[in-house]
Amino acid sequence: MLSIENLHAEISSDRDPASRLAGAGKSILKGLNLRIQAGEVHAIMGPNGAGKSTLSKVLAGHEDYIVTAGSVSYQGADLLALEPEVRARSGIFLGFQYPVEIPGVSNMTLLKTALNAKLKHEGKPELDAGSFLAYVKAKAKQVGIETKMLQRGVNEGFSGGEKKRNEILQMLVLEPTLMVLDETDSGLDIDALKVVADGINALRSPERATLLVTHYQRLLDYVKPDYVHVLAGGRIVKTGGPELALELEEKGYGWLEAA
Amino acid sequence: MSAAAELKPKAIQADVAEAIAARREYSAGFVTDIASDTVAPGLSEDVIRLISARKHEPEWLLAWRLKAYRNWLKLTPPDWAQLKVPPIDLQSISYYSQPKSHKDGPKSLDEVDPKLLETYKKLGIPLQEQAMLAGVQSSNIAMDVVFDSVSVATTFKAKLKEAGVIFCPISEAVREYPELVQQYLGTVVGINDNYYAALNSAVFTDGSFVFVPKGVRCPMELSTYFRINEKNTGQFERTLIICEDDAQVSYLEGCTAPQRDENQLHAAVVELVALERAEIKYSTVQNWYPGDENGVGGIYNFVTKRGECRGANSKISWTQVETGSAITWKYPSCVLRGDNSIGEFYSVALTHHRQQADTGTKMIHIGKNTRSTIVSKGIAAGHGQQSYRGLVRVLPGAAGARNHTQCDSLLIGPNCGAHTFPYTEVRNPSAKLEHEATTSKIGEDQLFYLRSRGIGEEDAVSMIVNGFCKDVFRELPMEFAVEAGKLLAVSLEGAVG
Repeated sequence: MLSIENLHAEISSDRDPASRLAGAGKSILKGLNLRIQAGEVHAIMGPNGAGKSTLSKVLAGHEDYIVTAGSVSYQGADLLALEPEVRARSGIFLGFQYPVEIPGVSNMTLLKTALNAKLKHEGKPELDAGSFLAYVKAKAKQVGIETKMLQRGVNEGFSGGEKKRNEILQMLVLEPTLMVLDETDSGLDIDALKVVADGINALRSPERATLLVTHYQRLLDYVKPDYVHVLAGGRIVKTGGPELALELEEKGYGWLEAA
Repeated sequence: MSAAAELKPKAIQADVAEAIAARREYSAGFVTDIASDTVAPGLSEDVIRLISARKHEPEWLLAWRLKAYRNWLKLTPPDWAQLKVPPIDLQSISYYSQPKSHKDGPKSLDEVDPKLLETYKKLGIPLQEQAMLAGVQSSNIAMDVVFDSVSVATTFKAKLKEAGVIFCPISEAVREYPELVQQYLGTVVGINDNYYAALNSAVFTDGSFVFVPKGVRCPMELSTYFRINEKNTGQFERTLIICEDDAQVSYLEGCTAPQRDENQLHAAVVELVALERAEIKYSTVQNWYPGDENGVGGIYNFVTKRGECRGANSKISWTQVETGSAITWKYPSCVLRGDNSIGEFYSVALTHHRQQADTGTKMIHIGKNTRSTIVSKGIAAGHGQQSYRGLVRVLPGAAGARNHTQCDSLLIGPNCGAHTFPYTEVRNPSAKLEHEATTSKIGEDQLFYLRSRGIGEEDAVSMIVNGFCKDVFRELPMEFAVEAGKLLAVSLEGAVG
């Protein structure tokens, strides 16, 4: 489903004042390779600054990140050539580490516009107002979001836990093919973590794949990965099964970076 | 306010995406091919006499017009606004234009020229009362329609009359209710008020007249739809709304014009009078042709709007959404004369391409414990320039006066500009004034977030902008809130990328 080869990426010098002074972008990913098949769950772990968030933003198409070498193919297409919105409509979902507040734009409006854009892309008819409402309400119940929260501005004044739950709600509504979750587990209490994990597990299927970017092993107790990768220095330095996560929890990352 | 006005739109942005797809350009830009009776261009006492004669006006009104004209000759156009106004040749404008078939005036809607009905249908304004009753959206709106210089149709007149409400073209009011017009006309905006108001007083052609008698809550929304069709004409409409003690009305105004390379002048005057405990809510969606992306063509919109809370405990509320016009010069204001009276101003102004707007309000606190609220949302894109200009004046007698001003600007792209000119004059030490202002650029992270959900860049921009304007849109009656959201979406096309 997803094939990343020799990916090199840097942060745009326009956005990074430090590197603008230096006259060049800051290189973050340095030859990353990763293959994900349908039905698999991959976890990417690694120390701070290893490039974990950069990888998820590059996959979603953030313009601040510039790919300098390598390729990414998604379902046989050149992912890097697609606009962010087209990637999303094609089934890629990025769960944000820091979901953005959009004052005055209701959650319902966002969900409806996003879902309709995807349905249109797939050549399917839009849902009528009644069916849409019933569909969203059912999904909201699944993640413990009250109906009145759906009328509030997107993430406006939400607590950290509510924002993450809202990300999962969007994901459940859009039913993506490839879920990329960027530290969705950070800063969550155990109840919220379970809600997030349940959401991911609910969408787990032989047709879908998941890429969990996480700093801690905790989430992996609830969402069992097929593969665990360690990202350090802009490359994947080790790959293993779920047991690798436990080993990392115990020993930290130092032994890998040294190697 | 009336029941209809209390309905708040829950998610007014919902239609935006659909609207963008449907309306890729200024969709009101067509011209109706209709034979018109247009007076030769030029401004003189003779032209004023001619307008007055065509309208069968009483002697006092002609005298009033001529006095205004003679005053106007001594005035100069205002130059204090942050606007670049090319010279306007007032002698090249025709001051009177009416559809030919209108000469004797339609007695009922059945007699209205089908071409006119077609025009308004294209604009999405059904004039047939039956059609309006059938349509859920606009079933509770009575409408007056002004085409160039004349009113062509007023709907639901009979139903309103039952309630005691007078709603008719001002030219008709001059004939039917001369004493009411004479009592109130020019008492809020005097003939000497400013250059454009004086010009309007001299040459105004039509507009709407509303009178709500003591204790009556107007049973439906009232609306006037202004359309400039004829070439080389100006539109100089005059609107007068009076609410007697304990009366209430909600009034909506919409405007469009054909797409032309020449500029056209629109210089209107609106006067509102609220007596004791009366409430007037006045909403505008202004979508005059804005000119093209290089600034060719478009309406010059120089408008004087003012309301007076003449009675104690009265309230006047202005809500405006200004997306059209090449130049907008407009400051809907409140004179808070009655004790405990309330003035409100909610504004969204958008300038794109080469549009310029200098708009805001004046709140004049005269009575005790008068309160005013100002919420202004300015959006600039392309090479658009805009200024908020607002005055809060507290006179010595206005003990306990309060004002809250919130003034936010949103910039889209590197070439636009937003400016804020707040003025305060406080002559009573017990007054309390608050002023909040922000200027922000549209957030890259917000855009990326929406795009990562599959929402295209232009739709994302208009969602963010609609969210930014929500505090103002929620003040609009529901139909207008939806329309306003769509207009913003259309007006912002091409603003990013």
